Amino acid sequence: MKRQKMTIEFDDNNSNKSNNNLFDLLSEEIVFAILDLLNTNPLDRKSFSLVCKSVYNLESKHRKTLKPLRQEHLPRILNRYPHISHLDLSLCPRINDNSLTVISNACKDSLRSIDLSRSRFFSYNGLMSLALNCKNLVDVDLSNATELRDAAAAAVAEAKNLERLWLGRCKLITDMGIGCIAVGCKKLRLISLKWCLGVTDLGVDLIAVKCKEIRSLDLSYLPITNKCLPSILKLQYLEDLAMEGCFGIDDDSLTALKHGCKSLKRLDMSSCQNISYVGLSSLISGAGGLEQLTLAYGCPVTPALANSLKNLSALQSVKLDGCMVTSAGLKALGNCLISLRELSLSKCLGVTDEGLSSLVTKHRELRKLDITCCRKITDASIAHISSSCGNLTSLRMESCTLVSREAFVLIGQRCQFLEELDLTDNEIDDEGLKSISRCSKLSSLKLGICLNISDEGLAYIGMHCSKLTELDLYRSAEITDAGILAIASGCHDLEMINMSYCRDITDSSLISLSKCARLNTFESRGCPLITSLGIAAIAVGCKQLTKLDIKKCHNIDDNGMLPLAHFSQNLRQITLSYSSVTDVGLLSLASISCLQNMTVLHLKGLTPSGLAAALLACGGLTKVKLHVAFKSLLPHPLFEHLEARGCVFEWRDKQFQAELDPKCWKLQLEDMIP
Amino acid sequence: MDKKDRLCQETWAKSSSSGNELPKNISTEKPSFINFNFNSQQYEQKWEDTSIFGSRTNSSFQEFNPQSETQSLLPSNPNDHIKMADQENSQINETLQTNKIPDWDPRAMLNNLSFLEQKIHQLQDLVHLIVGRRGQVLGRPDELVTQQQQLVTADLTSIIVQLISTAGSLLPSVKHTLSATTTPVGQLGGILFPSGTGMNNSVQQQHSSGSKVSDQSNQMDVTGNCGTEQNYSIEEHEMKDEEDAEEGENLPPGSYEILQLEKEEILAPHTHFCTICGKGFKRDANLRMHMRGHGDEYKTPAALAKPNKEASSEPVLIKRYSCPFTGCKRNKDHKKFQPLKTILCVKNHYKRTHCDKSYTCSRCNTKKFSVIADLKTHEKHCGKDKWLCSCGTTFSRKDKLFGHIALFQGHTPAIPPDETKGPAGPSDKGDENEVANKVGSINYSFGSGGANGTGAQNVMDVKGGVDDPASYFSPLNFDTCNFG
Repeated sequence: MKRQKMTIEFDDNNSNKSNNNLFDLLSEEIVFAILDLLNTNPLDRKSFSLVCKSVYNLESKHRKTLKPLRQEHLPRILNRYPHISHLDLSLCPRINDNSLTVISNACKDSLRSIDLSRSRFFSYNGLMSLALNCKNLVDVDLSNATELRDAAAAAVAEAKNLERLWLGRCKLITDMGIGCIAVGCKKLRLISLKWCLGVTDLGVDLIAVKCKEIRSLDLSYLPITNKCLPSILKLQYLEDLAMEGCFGIDDDSLTALKHGCKSLKRLDMSSCQNISYVGLSSLISGAGGLEQLTLAYGCPVTPALANSLKNLSALQSVKLDGCMVTSAGLKALGNCLISLRELSLSKCLGVTDEGLSSLVTKHRELRKLDITCCRKITDASIAHISSSCGNLTSLRMESCTLVSREAFVLIGQRCQFLEELDLTDNEIDDEGLKSISRCSKLSSLKLGICLNISDEGLAYIGMHCSKLTELDLYRSAEITDAGILAIASGCHDLEMINMSYCRDITDSSLISLSKCARLNTFESRGCPLITSLGIAAIAVGCKQLTKLDIKKCHNIDDNGMLPLAHFSQNLRQITLSYSSVTDVGLLSLASISCLQNMTVLHLKGLTPSGLAAALLACGGLTKVKLHVAFKSLLPHPLFEHLEARGCVFEWRDKQFQAELDPKCWKLQLEDMIP
Repeated sequence: MDKKDRLCQETWAKSSSSGNELPKNISTEKPSFINFNFNSQQYEQKWEDTSIFGSRTNSSFQEFNPQSETQSLLPSNPNDHIKMADQENSQINETLQTNKIPDWDPRAMLNNLSFLEQKIHQLQDLVHLIVGRRGQVLGRPDELVTQQQQLVTADLTSIIVQLISTAGSLLPSVKHTLSATTTPVGQLGGILFPSGTGMNNSVQQQHSSGSKVSDQSNQMDVTGNCGTEQNYSIEEHEMKDEEDAEEGENLPPGSYEILQLEKEEILAPHTHFCTICGKGFKRDANLRMHMRGHGDEYKTPAALAKPNKEASSEPVLIKRYSCPFTGCKRNKDHKKFQPLKTILCVKNHYKRTHCDKSYTCSRCNTKKFSVIADLKTHEKHCGKDKWLCSCGTTFSRKDKLFGHIALFQGHTPAIPPDETKGPAGPSDKGDENEVANKVGSINYSFGSGGANGTGAQNVMDVKGGVDDPASYFSPLNFDTCNFG
């Protein structure tokens, strides 16, 4: 097939004798097929496009999505890529009206989706040109645009084909702006108004009245009352309703509703303090298709609440984080629900062995269970969970401190399909790890503050869990280079590792980890033995590195920064506090064009002028944490200039701190928790 | 010119309706009329060259003059009023001046006397009629008798009051001279005058007084000095008896008596007059307080008591009121007549429905009212109508706007264009305010009587502005400017 196409292509090109580049013979379809497969690393596409001119042109033609770094380059890249339909500007802290005008004129009708959630400095002028020129715009994300006013919302309303709109935290937009959107964007299917504090019943009501296609509605933290509810519940296709923290809605108003919403599939009523099971049952009456219910930080979990969920045969996921829970309530919940797949009882008070055991024995198909900080449960619960729920894929049980080390052996023996396991702050030991290593699908393992584990246990994980992508060893103080070596040699797909405060880690761990080419997050706070050599190895080996935390690694200096600056071109976030990096190292980081986030506190070798030079050189910075002393040492116009570029400064006034003993730190933590 | 004509027609629509009846009336007081007519011509000349409004009044007067020839009665007020206008203007006509100087106008006196004469004749006729009917109507003799008694009493009181009032005008006093320069203005233009529309109104009233004469059989009091004393016609009442009951109140016919005030009475600022000095008051309590100054006999508890209470022993019929405007639903001749409950209702109804909306809101320069209380109510809320729809409708409440938008397709909330710049109002609104201020200051200077030769011109400018705020740049206004 391929050959045929090539020959056809060849015939076509016969007339052009001067063409002697073999790559030019590849047909458009083939190049497109190759490009379709090059999804893992954006750099792959880049290098592929540099093969020859024709491939370069084809790549330009093929590309549909773009995530530019700076607004300055927008005119040129948009000129190169004429068929962009999705534009993600979340890496551009500064997008002004001019840029939006450039985008709207370059993309025209091809643009369907734009993400401005992390950008600032644009106003209604830019949005208006976008809405008027890009007629096919379907998705617009304007979250965090805290400076936008109603005029901007009115501009958005000109995008008549809009289907999804995110306006989270647009605090200055009022009912007037929302009213314009409601009237203008009739095809709207999703609208998120979370934290739009200026929007009240009137605006929400108008949305519900005018936009009949709404599927998803996020009204979290809006000052709404019962007045807008009747029209919301009349929405024919509404599937997803979030009303987190709507304090104005209470039982009385909900019971007054004549009919619930029949089409509802997902309901979030977290932090609604004034709603009990009475109001809830009124709201979900008739919603037979409800699949997911979130009632975090809400009413107590009692048999009455469980009873109100009785008729929801499709209910699969229940999240009750932070609720008061009674054993009877959990028991009733177990009896009333039919096919529970996902249950979250994170930070619930009152979860006991009795309640939890009776629930999990009823729901053997449970896939995800979150019992974080259920401090009363013991081995008995774990025994029931592991014996009943053999298909569990995710178990989060951070800080279940009464669970003994033997219980973890049971988990490994019986729940072999686990993919995510959070055992932070538990009593698990090497025997438990050995057992857990039987979960061959494990991809995320959190073993932070597990003081009983050692290299031996970690070696089992490294040997058997080859799919591990995420490993957290925060303050698991017994871990040394040997354990890390086992992980690095067994888990090649590792993407994230946290070895903070594992004080015995040396450069050899880093050198072994440099084999994990997909590593993007590397945290090694407070590992005093690590030097620039190890960092250099990571920089060379892990090209995907985006997040690096080497706070309190005193032995890392400018020599570590230079290779980083050269090789880690994807680095976004770096924490250098308490290291030995000086002006030179910091300035060299400026060559990393993606670098956005920088924390530089207590760098002894850093001078004000060096810092100023580095700040000016790093053009893409969005957030910098600095010691407050620099505020007076550097000229004010400099900060003004940087802020105008989109950079936010966070000033810290912490004293230089010596590191505490890990055991002592753990004791301190326990004192704090009641 | 078409436009002007149309405007005139609109303005004078009321008079034309009654114009046909005018010839029926018998002129008894020609000298008085001539005086008036002469004045009005002066008046007309004065305005003619200053503004478009001159031409408006001009044409209206042309319409008016022939009609007024048949007019039998003229209140002395228009003279006073024109006096006032002349004072405002430095270009005082000699003839006018001679008219103005004496406080006592013999012509007006003659006018009043002839009116009294006529009134007595009417009463005589009425009593004749009662005597004639006594044998015929036996159905409800008691009721009819009471009604007739009341009617006669009312008429007699009216005549007495008129007589005293006429006599009172002969009393020379400095106080009266002073009040004569101010009260006539109040009586005719009322408080309208400071707003710059007094002229127009007064002219209209003079004119309407002509039409009023048409239904002379009903009317009894032109000067309005009788206050609330009513003109009453027994034929009318009998006609009403045969009509169906009113839907509004469901009062059975005949269970109430219909009273009809005349335009002057309705529009007069004062309804209670001192029988000694002629000073007018809005409330009878104020009049009684005033009367104490005229002698000790007015200080007795009996004199200070509310007068109406004495008659309470007799069975009193419910009073309902009719609007004097022919063709109005509130007029007793209307097929579906709905009576007005109180005199206040009559006043407000008449001003709202049949008068120019001469009070313009100084804030928005758009809304106009004929009742000053309405203006005040509006001004309290004016500028707070910040909720604007794309269709141009404003709402004082956001929920009303949203209800409107929810109801209509394609309507959308309108956001002020400079919203991003700050909370300040739209720039064009600022200009309007400026204009409004200007207008306000001109009004003020005029109202305070400090205006000189250009006073009239100013008024005209203001008039144009106030009357037609939407057409600041209309050709009409241009004319005004050119004339000025």
